[in-house]
Amino acid sequence: MSGGEGASTPFLTYVVVKAHTNPWLSTDFDFDDEPPDLGIHKDIHQKKKTAYDISFKVYKPEDIQKQQDDLINEVNMILDIRKEEAAILLRYFRWNKERLIEDYMDKARQVLEAAGLAQSSAKPPPRLETIPGFVCDICCEDGEGLQSFAIKCGHRYCVDCYRHYLAQKIKEEGEAARIQCPSDGCNLIIDARSLDILVTPELAERYHTLLNRTYVEDKETLKWCPAPDCENAVECSVKKKDLDKVVPTVQCACSYRFCFGCILSDHQPAPCELVKRWLKKCADDSETANWISANTKECPKCNSTIEKNGGCNHMTCRKCKHEFCWMCMGLWSEHGTSWYNCNRFEEKSGTEARDAQAKSRVSLERYLHYYNRYANHEQSARLDKDIYVKTEKKMVQLQKESGMSWIEVQYLNSASQALQTCRQTLKWTYAFAFYLARNNLTEIFEDNQKDLEMAVEALSEMFEKPVGELADPKLKVEIMDKTSYCNKRRIILLDDTANNLANGAWTFNVDFMTPTPASGSSSRR
Amino acid sequence: MVANFAAKRLGKELQKINSSLPPGITLVSADNFEEWLLDIRVLDKNPLYEGQIYRLKFRFGSSYPIEPPEVTFVKKDDRPIPMHPHIYSNGIICLDLLGSQGWSPVQNVESVCMSIQSMLTGNSKNERPPGDEEFVRGNRQRPKDIDFYYHDNTV
Repeated sequence: MSGGEGASTPFLTYVVVKAHTNPWLSTDFDFDDEPPDLGIHKDIHQKKKTAYDISFKVYKPEDIQKQQDDLINEVNMILDIRKEEAAILLRYFRWNKERLIEDYMDKARQVLEAAGLAQSSAKPPPRLETIPGFVCDICCEDGEGLQSFAIKCGHRYCVDCYRHYLAQKIKEEGEAARIQCPSDGCNLIIDARSLDILVTPELAERYHTLLNRTYVEDKETLKWCPAPDCENAVECSVKKKDLDKVVPTVQCACSYRFCFGCILSDHQPAPCELVKRWLKKCADDSETANWISANTKECPKCNSTIEKNGGCNHMTCRKCKHEFCWMCMGLWSEHGTSWYNCNRFEEKSGTEARDAQAKSRVSLERYLHYYNRYANHEQSARLDKDIYVKTEKKMVQLQKESGMSWIEVQYLNSASQALQTCRQTLKWTYAFAFYLARNNLTEIFEDNQKDLEMAVEALSEMFEKPVGELADPKLKVEIMDKTSYCNKRRIILLDDTANNLANGAWTFNVDFMTPTPASGSSSRR
Repeated sequence: MVANFAAKRLGKELQKINSSLPPGITLVSADNFEEWLLDIRVLDKNPLYEGQIYRLKFRFGSSYPIEPPEVTFVKKDDRPIPMHPHIYSNGIICLDLLGSQGWSPVQNVESVCMSIQSMLTGNSKNERPPGDEEFVRGNRQRPKDIDFYYHDNTV
C-alpha cells in the first residue's frame, strides 16, 4: 500500500524546507507556518488552511446588481442627489464611496465637473420637449412640432439625432458609462434615466449590461469568471503587487478554477509573471505569437493587450483609461510636454532585447526539456479526460454486471478528477522549474515533483485498465489509495512552493519578480 | 431611411458651402453624398506650406454625421501630401476630431476643413509621424478602424 511511503516523504521534505527557509522567516510568518504534528498530515490538510489557500467570494449577476444599487442608494441619501447622478459619481470614483463623499463634501463643484455632471439644481429631470423655432444642429431639421431633448447643459438636439447618436455609441462603440453630450467639447455625461427615455428597450438593456460590466471592471477586487457562459464575478483582495508572493487561485460557483491575478486557468504553483513569460516563450515559434510580442504590449495597469497601429506614443487604455507612454511604458503625465519623444527608451530596450535573444538561444535545449514535459502533461490530461468520458459509460456497465451500486463506482470519478488537477499542477511545475536557479530548494522541489509525477503516472495506468479488471475489488482499493496519495502529494508540493514564494525564498534565474521601473512607479504612490 | 439621414444633412451642408466658404477652402466636387473633394491651402506665410494646395477627400457613411466622415489627403501631381508630424505620407491624418471619441455630430465638412487648415498653420516641424514608413507599408485598415491616440493640442 502506498500509505507508508506517503507518510515518510513529506515528513522529510518538511523538515528540510523549514530549516532552509528559517533565516528568511519573519516572526509573524513563523506562527502560521508551524505544523503542529507532522505525523497526522492527512487530518491537517482537511482542517488547516494550506499556504496556498486564499479567501474569495463568488457573486451572481443579481448580487452585482444589488451591490451597485445599494451603493447608489446610499450616496443618493447621504448627498441628496438623484440616483442616476449618484451612479455617475460612483463610476467616476471607481465605486469608492468613502472617497466620493469626502471629496464631494469638500469641493462639490469640482467633483461634479470632473465626473461630467452639471451643478445640481432643482430643475426637473430632462424630458422630451417641443420648442417653437428649434433647429437641430445635427440634421438641420426645423420642422414644426419637432421633438427635442437636452441634458442639463442645454445642448438641444432632435430626438431622432439623439437616438442615432446613442445607438452609435452603445452598439458600435460599446460605450456606456461615459457617453457625453453630442455637442463638441461638452463633457457632460448622459445619465441612465435620460437614456431610458430616449432609446428602445432592447438598446437600453444592452446599455445596462455594459454599465454592469464597468462595475466589475472598475473594481480592483472584482473579476469576471472567465468560463464560457458564466456570468459570475469573483471578489478577492489579493493585490497586483502581491502577485510575486502568492498565486491566487479561486474557484467560481460554476466550478471553474482560475487565477485571480491573470485570469488564466489554474496555474499553481507558478506565479503569474512566470506564467506569462512561459506562455509567451512557448508560443515563440508560432508566427502569430511573434507578431503579438512584436506588435503588442500590455497596459501597465490592467494588463489588457494593446496593439498600436499608428498614431503617437501617448496611449490611453480603452479599458481602464490609464495613460502611458508606449516607448517606456511609464506614466504619460511624467512626460510633461515633451511630445512623443521618449529618449529613455532607446539604449535600454536595445540591450534588453539583445540579451533576451542571446539567452533564449543558449537555453533552447534546456527549455525543450521542460517544455516537452509541460506539453506532455497537458496532452495527457486531455487523454485522461477522454478516457473518463468512456469510463463513465462503463461505470454504468460495471454497476449492471458486478452489482456495484452507483456510490460504489464513484471512486473512478474521484480518480479522474485527481488526475486532471494533478496534471494541471504538474504541467505548471515544469514551467516553474524552468525558471528556478539550481540550489537545495530547487532540488527539494524536484523531489516533490518527481513523487507527484510517479504517483500520477501510476494512477493513470490503473485508470486505463479495461472495465473487466476495474471490477476487481483489489484494483479498486489500489486506485482509491493512489487517488488520495496523488491528492496529498499535490497539496504538499503546492504548500511547500507557496510558503517559499510568500517568504521570497526562491531564487529564479531570470529577474521577473521586480516589475519594470515604469509600471512600478505607476502602481505605487 | 438611414441613408436619408446622411443625405438630408449633406444636402443642407452643400447648400451652405455653395453659397460661401471660408478663405483657403474650395469645393472641388460633390457629385453624390458618398464622396466629396475639397482643396485647402494655408493662409499665412508658413514656409512649409506656402504656395501649395492640398486635396482632401471626404467619405461619408450612412450614419454621418453621427459617425465621423473619413477624411484623408489625396496625392496628385499638383497636390502633394503636406508634411506634418500627424499626417502620414499616404494621406492618413491623425486628428482626434476624426475619431469616434473626439467627433461630435455638430461638426461638419466646413469645420473639419478649418481644423485641418489650422493644424497645418500651427505646425513648424518638417517631419512625418514616427514609424511613418512602416505604417504606410503595413497598413491595410481604413482610417476609422485605426486606434489613434491623441494628445497634442498644440498642432
